[in-house]
Order: sequence, then C-alpha cells, then structure tokens
Amino acid sequence: MKSFATLCLLTSLLLVGTAHATAAEHVRASHAWIRVLPGNLPAGAYVTLENDSDQATALSSASSTTYAQVMLHQSSMQGGMSRMTMVDSLTLPAHGNAVLVPGGYHMMLMQPIKPVKPGDTVRLMLKFSDGSILPADFIARPANAIGAGDEHPAKP
Amino acid sequence: MKRHPLLLTATALLFVASLLLGGCQNSAPLPFRLTNVSGHMPPLEFSLTNDQGKTVSAADYHGKVVLLYFGYTHCPDVCPLTLAHLHVVMQRLGALADGARILFVSVDPGRDTPAVLHAYVNAFDSRAVGLTGKPRDIEALVKRYRSAFTREPAGKDGNYEVSHSSAIYVFDRDGKPRVLSTPADSQDDLVHDLHLLLSTGTQP
Repeated sequence: MKSFATLCLLTSLLLVGTAHATAAEHVRASHAWIRVLPGNLPAGAYVTLENDSDQATALSSASSTTYAQVMLHQSSMQGGMSRMTMVDSLTLPAHGNAVLVPGGYHMMLMQPIKPVKPGDTVRLMLKFSDGSILPADFIARPANAIGAGDEHPAKP
Repeated sequence: MKRHPLLLTATALLFVASLLLGGCQNSAPLPFRLTNVSGHMPPLEFSLTNDQGKTVSAADYHGKVVLLYFGYTHCPDVCPLTLAHLHVVMQRLGALADGARILFVSVDPGRDTPAVLHAYVNAFDSRAVGLTGKPRDIEALVKRYRSAFTREPAGKDGNYEVSHSSAIYVFDRDGKPRVLSTPADSQDDLVHDLHLLLSTGTQP
C-alpha cells in the first residue's frame, strides 16, 4: 500500500505540475506564422511575444505534434556572411517583448510528420523558463511570403 | 546670395548637352545606386547542372540580366527571406522582369539535387533557376566572385548548417558584373538598378 500512496502522491504532484505548466498567463503571442517550404525542408516559424508580467521570463523551447523537432535559432550577418546559431533561450523583459522575425530570431521546425500547406494552422507549445507553456496557433504561409500577411492573432 | 543668370543658363545647357551625348553614344556610366562593381570582377562563367538536370553554362543566360545568389535549401530563414524579397523585386519590375533570371547556386550540393532545387526555387519565382554541381565547380564560382561558404559541424541528428555570403551579384545581359546588393541595401535601389539594366539593353 505504501507504493500505492507514493504513486498517488507522485500523480498528484504531476497533476499540480501540469496545472502549473499550462498557465503562461502573462505572455501573449501575435503575428504567428510559418514559412512553408517544399518537401521535407525545415521551416522557419515567427511570432511576437509580449510579457505583461512584472517578472522577466524567457522562451526556452518549443514543440509541436506536426514536426519532429523544433529548435530556437538566430540568423546573423558578419563580414558579409550569413550564419545561423542555436540559442538556449530568448529573454522577454518584464513588460517587454521578444520579436521573432525573418533574418533574426526564429524557430526552426524540422521533419514534418504530416504535410503542411499554406493556409493550414499549426499549433506550437511554447515553453518558458518558469516552466509555463503557451499554446499558440501559427498560420502556414507560402515560401515567398514576406510576413504574417495580416494582423493574424495567435489564438490562445 | 545672388546668382548670375548667365551662369545658371550655361550650367543648364551643359547638363542637357551631357544628357544628349550620353544618350547618343551610350557611353555615360549608368547611374547605379548600389555598389558599382563594373570592371572590378570577372564576367560570369560557370559549368553547373540546372534544376532540370541539364548541364548549363553562363552562355545559356546570355541576353538576360542575372541575379546570382549563393544559398542552400535546408536554410529555413535567410535564404527564403532573400528569395522572397527577390520575388517582390521581380513583381515590381513588371514585364521587364522577363529579361532577368535569378540564379540560386547551391553551396550544399550533397543535399541539393536538381529535383529538390526545382521545387524550392519555383516556390519563390517562376524566373528563378536552381543550380548545383560538383563541389569543385561550385567552389570555383564562389571564389571567382570572392565569395565564401563554410559547412558547420553536424548536430546529433546529422543535420548541418552552411554559412554563406549574403550578397546578390547582378550581371548585365552580356554577363558583365555591374552591381552588388547586400541585405543592408534597400529594395528600391535594387529595383532602380535592375530597371536601368533591363531598359538599356546590352552594354558595349
């Protein structure tokens, strides 16, 4: 019975943890879009994140059921060369924002599990340094799109 | 400050005369806004495979204004951004854009087969051509324009990135290099310079 009690305790702790994890109440996502490339090529995902809280937070990772892997990256230009580097986390200052746009910070979506075509909506789970998670819907746009295309708000 | 009316008239006449002379002899340098590289780089020359699997050389694009850009298809951010901008530039040129070709040269021939490149470039613009080939032929073209690329170490999953030059090299209809466009330059300036090259025909 002791092991059962432990299991119950663990489960309840896990539930508490999950309940806590689902509440990224202070961060809002907007202009969320994905640039869809042909075949299985990796796609870039872009979003504006606003932090309404008095506490700074940071985007630490992201995941999706549509892509096998999501990585946080930064493109940079040095001496006429374009390069891409992995980023551990992206800070959102208190009452500040983080902007992920082409040519700067972006999420790289790799190995689509199912085909994504322009017009589709892809949900990404954005994880923050405090353990909270923000589900955000990204609109899939054609390869030659320049931006989100409209004031498309990411649905909570 | 008072200006002499005769001096103003003389200046105006000289200006008109220079315009007329320039127009007749076609020898006045084109008033490019981007970095003018005329005479500073060798003419376009390569032997590569196009996205239809056919061997092509610079001669195949003679008569077209060429926009040369080095990149790779597994680049999810900067390369698509550049190609999307070039698509907008082509749209802004209207019918004149038919006289231009975007040559997207892969610096990742290991992954960029003609078929992959074909789907990729056509997702951006119908006047874009994907070029790949033997590593040494690509390196020769990159070096010819003092460009560079570096394959970064592969990650755990075997995926890797390629750092590459971000410039766009613009050649006239005779394959002579004319201007260089970098990400810092405005799109208006590129449209302006392409307009000059496309509407003036071949240069002596």
